[in-house]
Amino acid sequence: MLTAIIALAILAVIFGLALGYAAIRFKVEGDPLVEKIDALLPQTQCGQCTYAGCRPYAEAIAKGEADINQCPPGGETTIIALADLLGRDPKPLNPEHGEEKSKRVAVIDEEICIGCTLCIQACPVDAILGAPKLMHTVIADECTGCDLCVPPCPVDCIDMVEVKPALDEWVWDFPGASLKYPATAANRIPKTGTSQPRDATAHDAATKKTGTGS
Amino acid sequence: MKEYFLILLSTVLVNNFVLVQFLGLCPFMGVSRKLETAAGMALATTFVLTLSSACSYLVNAYILEPLDIVYLRTITFILVIAVVVQLTEMFVHKTSPILYRVLGIFLPLITTNCAVLGVALLNIRHDHSFMQSLIYGFGASVGFSLVLILFAAMRERIMAGDVPETFKGPAIALVTAGLMSLAFMGFSGLD
Repeated sequence: MLTAIIALAILAVIFGLALGYAAIRFKVEGDPLVEKIDALLPQTQCGQCTYAGCRPYAEAIAKGEADINQCPPGGETTIIALADLLGRDPKPLNPEHGEEKSKRVAVIDEEICIGCTLCIQACPVDAILGAPKLMHTVIADECTGCDLCVPPCPVDCIDMVEVKPALDEWVWDFPGASLKYPATAANRIPKTGTSQPRDATAHDAATKKTGTGS
Repeated sequence: MKEYFLILLSTVLVNNFVLVQFLGLCPFMGVSRKLETAAGMALATTFVLTLSSACSYLVNAYILEPLDIVYLRTITFILVIAVVVQLTEMFVHKTSPILYRVLGIFLPLITTNCAVLGVALLNIRHDHSFMQSLIYGFGASVGFSLVLILFAAMRERIMAGDVPETFKGPAIALVTAGLMSLAFMGFSGLD
């Protein structure tokens, strides 16, 4: 009994050491630039840049395969921030990938919805709630306004509704924001629709987390 | 030499692990939808199976039997297999990120591939020596790879074919697997 316990324990320790050594020996270092680019992207996961999501697009930018002007949801602010980070010249948004729209949110007409779950499968951020043959609804706070749920709907019951900043959320344009103002998702100009609290840095993390900071 | 060749032939064709002994069916159904993924999985499994077969023999012969704790065989082998899989995963992650992404969840899932534990336990039951265990594990994985790749190629064809509505998807895949198994049973005459 005791031999068994000791033998197994020693065996486990040896394996653990071997794995620990291997973890150091075969360590994979991620590209830190990808992280930085990814942090600047709006995280709508809309795929309008022709990549599967924001991170693959960030990887493509880091590799030099993609240009910095392919992100319609991010719009001008994102392009300027990316140009700043990468030391390139800012350029206008590539119209092939879509145009910059104000912040929108999907709304399901619950009278018409047949509960087919197709939009749930299409949603990249799991913002649609529902079950087969039951009415679905959109969690407005989670919705990134990416339009991906609109084409699959067989009964056309999803509308993209513009979100107007409410009175307590509205702020002035940052002076000169559209010219050269840096860099974070937080100081987006209200032209892109999001209402940003004036104290940008304090709310930076919160906005990024919900992904609505774009 | 002849003996090793016989073990190899027997594990690859006659006693094929998937189609005759019905071990390792989950990756056989799960990763066979695309040829490239199947090839990657076959490669990873070959590596893990051969290595874990040898390792578990060593652990059994030099630790479990001298200490007279062979009743801990199963749990020890599971430990050995898990370690080997983890090592493989790290190695693949470092050397081939594309293969790592293609294999995805299936790489860690090799741990629970019953063929891996099956080979380790069958080695003991057949009283194999170290070389024999190694060949047996290698043969088993070659047999697994062969069948997996053949099956994946067939499934790709079937996907494009005009399958009756009732049989679409996994149903036709299972029918195909059954027919393949039938064909492999024909090798039993080789013994």
